[in-house]
Amino acid sequence: MSVAIEFKSVSRHYGEVKALNSVSFTVQEGEFFSMLGPSGSGKTTSLRLMAGFEQPSSGSLTLLGVEASGTPPYARDVNTVFQDYALFPHMNVLDNVAYGLMVRKMPKPERYALAREALAMVALPDHGERTPAQLSGGQRQRVALARALVNRPRILLLDEPLGALDMKLREQMQVELKVLHRKLGITFVYVTHDQGEALSMSDRVAVFNRGQIEQIATPRELYHQPRTRFVADFVGSSNVVTADLARRITGQSQCFSVRQENITLSPVGTTAAPGRVQVEGEVLAIQFLGANQRIEVQVGGQIITALQQDVAAASDLAAHTAPGQRIALHWAAQHMVMLDA
Amino acid sequence: MPKLTTVSRKLSNVLYQRRNLTLLLMLTPPLLWFGVVYVGSLLTLLGQSIFTFDDMAMSVVAELTADNFRNLMVPANLDIVLRTLGMALAVTLGTTLIGFPMAYYMAHYATPTEKGFFFVGVMLPMWASYIVKAYAWTVLLAKGGVMYWTLEGLGLIGVLEAVLRLPGIGGDTLATSNIGRFLVFTYIWLPFMILPIQAAIERVPANLLLASADLGARPFQTFRTVLWPLAFPGVVAGSIFTFSLTLGDYIIPQLVGPPGLYIGSMVYTLQGTIGNMPMAAAFTCVPIILITVYLALARRLGAFNAL
Repeated sequence: MSVAIEFKSVSRHYGEVKALNSVSFTVQEGEFFSMLGPSGSGKTTSLRLMAGFEQPSSGSLTLLGVEASGTPPYARDVNTVFQDYALFPHMNVLDNVAYGLMVRKMPKPERYALAREALAMVALPDHGERTPAQLSGGQRQRVALARALVNRPRILLLDEPLGALDMKLREQMQVELKVLHRKLGITFVYVTHDQGEALSMSDRVAVFNRGQIEQIATPRELYHQPRTRFVADFVGSSNVVTADLARRITGQSQCFSVRQENITLSPVGTTAAPGRVQVEGEVLAIQFLGANQRIEVQVGGQIITALQQDVAAASDLAAHTAPGQRIALHWAAQHMVMLDA
Repeated sequence: MPKLTTVSRKLSNVLYQRRNLTLLLMLTPPLLWFGVVYVGSLLTLLGQSIFTFDDMAMSVVAELTADNFRNLMVPANLDIVLRTLGMALAVTLGTTLIGFPMAYYMAHYATPTEKGFFFVGVMLPMWASYIVKAYAWTVLLAKGGVMYWTLEGLGLIGVLEAVLRLPGIGGDTLATSNIGRFLVFTYIWLPFMILPIQAAIERVPANLLLASADLGARPFQTFRTVLWPLAFPGVVAGSIFTFSLTLGDYIIPQLVGPPGLYIGSMVYTLQGTIGNMPMAAAFTCVPIILITVYLALARRLGAFNAL
């Protein structure tokens, strides 16, 4: 496998603001690579650098083995699906899709044939004559995808492409994108702030924070072995226990994380089983989530949340899990992940 | 004052519940103003164009005739129409060429502060008297004026003289040439072109231009296939101003450029000096017809598709 994209100490500054601060990573060819992070973390800037909409302030960026800094977007073998789709409102769907071929001077019959093929691929074969305004959000999304893919790029950049869709459509499109990725075998670079999306679709995920990468790993590794406090907090929903509280619980002042689904509740006074860590606290609130309930417990100035299967109201434990009650939380020692900072 | 409060509350309730009454009250004054003062007076004026002017008595006679319109086709009058039309088209083209890049910069690159400066800069000349500006240009363009002085300093006076020798656009001096007149018109009407184009370009999302480049279009292709078609309604809106304002102007043609009447100055002469109101009214129809044709063409080109 060869390298599709390589960032070598790439920085991008806007005046004093460092949108991207000396970031290095590689994306393999054919990989589904996600860039995950909150807004302003540098993930979109990285994507814009790959597309050529922006140039690095320093560092080097290679695309498919060729130095790309300074190359304008129209000279790159890369296509982008925009968050707001950016379809041309004055052209019909077919002309939108055929646009990349048109500017490369492909004759009309050929480019329309390829555009129709691309529309069929995204399951919109009969929508060529409509204008973008006549399409639903999900359909526009598919047109944007077809418009990018018709150029047969070796790298496809997707900038939060599902952000504007409703939940159901989103889940459906996630599956379709994944299928498309497998079928085409090209590199997908996917920007999102939705950790669920990143975890479910990607081969690898880069977690961005404040212009830097916190961790690059497979979704499973990221979920179970977060390396930093930020990753533990942002990916999934972990309880990050501060060093202060950690000293009281484990005797060591190193902060650690523990997933809420790994925490078990029991009435106060019971002793912990061997290999389990236990701490007591006061129940603050209970959220009913259907199959589960989430219980917020105040432990030494910090709030720890536990996810439990919903218990029958009459049970012994239910009597103790009411706001204001004291309760014991415990978890297996191996579920604690020690964090850098 | 409890009583007054009750009355005003009742009035509010009535107005809120009877939307049509509110609408009627709100629209009557502007509709009267528009209908009677605008359209009514214009129709009265145009109605004059089919009255007869008695040359001997120098007075209008209430006898219906098509003579005034037939008169427009006389070579001397046709000359006036074509001269004005040619200048209107040239000025529209000139203001578009200068206005578009500036409007583009204002819409897509200028920071908010810069944009403020640009807006003031574009509109400031409009706050000064039109007459003063026109007269000022006669001084700028005259022999020995700033233009000549600058070109002499740059050693380009030969170029200017060569240009002035060109038939049609040249003349004895800049101030008495069609180039000079074109410059003044372009200067005066430029804000009317920049502002609508700026508004149109501002509505074009920057992402569309990025998407075009991303799909392989070079900057000129992006301009031709994305930016221009989307900004075109703004260009047409601006050109309606520059075109119609040039067609109707009667002061600049008197102050700058070669002799020869324009539609505006002809109307001015006919109704003022001669008192031939019917013929003046017939001349007034010309810009209306030209602009109607112009709008029909613009519509054909899809200028109003985005509305």
